[in-house]
Amino acid sequence: MKLEEKLFLLTYKHDKQSHITIRDNNICLTKCGDQWGRPCTTFCPANVYSWDGEKTTASYENCVECTSCLTGCPYHNIDWRLPRGGYGVQYRNG
Amino acid sequence: MSTGEKFDAIVVGAGPAGSAAAYTMAKAGLSVVLIERGEYPGAKNVMGGVMYGRMLADLIPTFAAEAPIERVIVEERLWITTDDSAVTLGHKTAAAHGDIPNAFTVLRAKFDRWFASKAEEAGAFLIPATVVEDLIVRDGKVAGVRTGRPDGDLYADAVVLCDGVHSFLAKKAGLQTREIAPHEVALAVKEIITLPPEVIQERFNVGEGEGVTIELYGAVTQEMGGYAFIYTNRDSLSVGVGALMSHFMRTKVTPNGLLERVKQHPLVRPLLAGGQVAEYLAHAIPEGGYRAMPRLYGDGVLVAGDAAMMVNGLHREGSNLAMTAGRLAGETVIEANRRGDVSTASLASYRRRLEESFVLKDLRKYQHLPEFVDRHPELLRIYPGLVNLAVHEMLTVDGMPKRDKQRKIWKAITRRRPLWRLIGDAYRAWKVMR
Repeated sequence: MKLEEKLFLLTYKHDKQSHITIRDNNICLTKCGDQWGRPCTTFCPANVYSWDGEKTTASYENCVECTSCLTGCPYHNIDWRLPRGGYGVQYRNG
Repeated sequence: MSTGEKFDAIVVGAGPAGSAAAYTMAKAGLSVVLIERGEYPGAKNVMGGVMYGRMLADLIPTFAAEAPIERVIVEERLWITTDDSAVTLGHKTAAAHGDIPNAFTVLRAKFDRWFASKAEEAGAFLIPATVVEDLIVRDGKVAGVRTGRPDGDLYADAVVLCDGVHSFLAKKAGLQTREIAPHEVALAVKEIITLPPEVIQERFNVGEGEGVTIELYGAVTQEMGGYAFIYTNRDSLSVGVGALMSHFMRTKVTPNGLLERVKQHPLVRPLLAGGQVAEYLAHAIPEGGYRAMPRLYGDGVLVAGDAAMMVNGLHREGSNLAMTAGRLAGETVIEANRRGDVSTASLASYRRRLEESFVLKDLRKYQHLPEFVDRHPELLRIYPGLVNLAVHEMLTVDGMPKRDKQRKIWKAITRRRPLWRLIGDAYRAWKVMR
């Protein structure tokens, strides 16, 4: 089963503002690209992060708030904050 | 509630630790606020799904009659896998479990809601859909919390932080002073796969209300430190896999790809056949253990549960440590409240209580394990392979005398892992687990 189909099963309450910011795309381009190959584009279980050749895009609407990017970004270059109260993913089973 | 109101205690996070702390304090007559960022308790909370009865019974002795338990575990299985085989080991008991089941499965969105409702019944005031954005510190003492709501400042004599892994608030309180390293956190993904209860009972050979756990080690984690699991719920299975963040970063294996591979394993697939995926979940698990724990208390503040790294990964325990720590944090605050002193010195008994309980004893016992798993993921490939090879050879009846078989097995093993390395591995494994 594709990840997109799985994410489609989830209940989200979407906020208009993103809770994720990439601090410095230059780090993604140079240091992380050379040393690590931008692991956020693979380890994120909800495919939030993608690299378009110039910058990292964060599709925050997909985020399931697992918090793995807080340790998984080798340069602590992802500014991930808790979504505002009541927003974000809402697990029905858990 | 008006802004600026002052309480005896504020608890941040309505998971097992937070609800245990709030329940304990409210029951003793303290005024308690329990703040939860999800729209309801459990909306954000994920675990594999096995919970333990004793620590819950310490709080609510009659829980078995009312808690949303999925199935009581009567059998635990361990599968040591290669890509197409497994050596299996297990324990099943027909002994009655009495009033307090040892282990049972839960779905956290349902369980956490129930547990928080018990804290409410005891008198705690639950505020859902509310994020605590900052701590209010006065003269070096934590004096309250700043929520994301307008005029959302709340004050209390003590604040108990149960805000989960990667606790922002433990950092703000100065209890967590360094970044958590990638080998101190695992990432787990799982699916809820629905199946009719009768099918689950037949497939797993258990009766109504009874359940099975299966942990799978070896090839299923693709050379990463971790394991996969299958747990039975009433009318669904929790199927998941987790591995260290450091290994996900290095291997570039995707969590969903890893889970899909587990589901396609020839021994797993038949157990899931005909099931419908109902939900997909992911969460980080604090696996750093004793050596990665933050300071556990400060002036007017305590930390419990995942926020304090209270997970015993080897034994699949976490929520029980959280509940016990939450209860002990609550008891500490109750005493401090009666003394009228919630200073650092007064809250120091929290650590002592944890030291005397299984929580810190177990975490200390395995304090070197996280580093070992991080450094030797290859062992989870090599040894399951060797065990399967040996058993497969012994069970293959092909006319070769058994002594020759033993020689052949030994030769095959030492070719893959020389004797001195076998001894070294055994010694290191003993050292981190004794």
